[in-house]
Amino acid sequence: MSTPRILEIRRGVLEKNDILAHNLRDQFNAAHALVINLVSSPGAGKTALLEDTLRRLIQAGHHPAALVGDLATDNDANRLARSGAPVRQIQTGGNCHLEADMISTHLTDWGLDLSQIEFLFIENVGNLVCPASYDLGEHVRAVVLSVTEGEDKPLKYPTMFHSADIAVLTKMDIAVAVEFDKPAALANIQSVHPGMMVLETSAKTGAGMDNWVQHLITCRENAFALVTK
Amino acid sequence: MHELSIAQNLVEIANTAAQRANVQRVTAVRLQLGALSGVVKDSLLFCYDIASAGTLLEGAKLLIEELPVIIYCPQCQQTVALETVQAFCCPVCGTFSSDIRQGRELEILSLEAEEDENEHPSHP
Repeated sequence: MSTPRILEIRRGVLEKNDILAHNLRDQFNAAHALVINLVSSPGAGKTALLEDTLRRLIQAGHHPAALVGDLATDNDANRLARSGAPVRQIQTGGNCHLEADMISTHLTDWGLDLSQIEFLFIENVGNLVCPASYDLGEHVRAVVLSVTEGEDKPLKYPTMFHSADIAVLTKMDIAVAVEFDKPAALANIQSVHPGMMVLETSAKTGAGMDNWVQHLITCRENAFALVTK
Repeated sequence: MHELSIAQNLVEIANTAAQRANVQRVTAVRLQLGALSGVVKDSLLFCYDIASAGTLLEGAKLLIEELPVIIYCPQCQQTVALETVQAFCCPVCGTFSSDIRQGRELEILSLEAEEDENEHPSHP
């Protein structure tokens, strides 16, 4: 004989990831390392944006590093390492997103001294769906949207655009050639995330890159209440 | 497609709770799913069947309560449910707002389980 019974649970399905992410954020805060999670669809220009960002931060005397997630290959890490910044590849082996435990494991294996790092970039796997659900302990989530993608992408992926803190438009140098409808793109971003900050960049010409880099420097100063050097 | 990984987390949490409570078999799992959780209901249901095989949850129904996004409208000074996640504006007055009060949930509420009536089964 058996009797029915109700067991109260009330627990988040992703609590394991959320706890790990919380611990990572504590670690990053203690080291005064601002962590930026870059998300986009494949081919939006995350790596080109990051390569130029690393180069500019180093030129300005800062200390950035990068963790790069991909399904396979270490091509992106090799490309980013040319900037001179410490870079490590995470091959997810087919997994469509990064999780907090991958960040934690790779940071440990890497042996990177976080106290020597001011900016840690995490280039997520190219995917506008799954990475939205996983907190990696970052301070800033930047969604990268290139002018070659449809202006309605924010409407198609509202969860990701809503979860991000800032939208970075890339490849602005070819906006005219590909007939990018900027007002429509901006209106769609504001529709799914009212008040979201949007920056326009071209890693190729360098246009808008100063604004983006300065925004990150300001974020770090505000996050850790640092005085401008 | 991260629903398999989500389903595995869900089954692990529920199966551990069932084991600790000494239940024989779970008959249903209740889950809240917000419209902004980033999880697709049908994919999750499909993956749940795979992930629950061989656990105390095998054969248990996954009962999903879908929650709409609720925002606070500063103009109307009240919470309102969004009609679509493509437009974060008040359906009453059209004011945009990012002040989310509901919609990110991905939470296991409870399990329905069966257990033996006799708490101390006699041994032959």
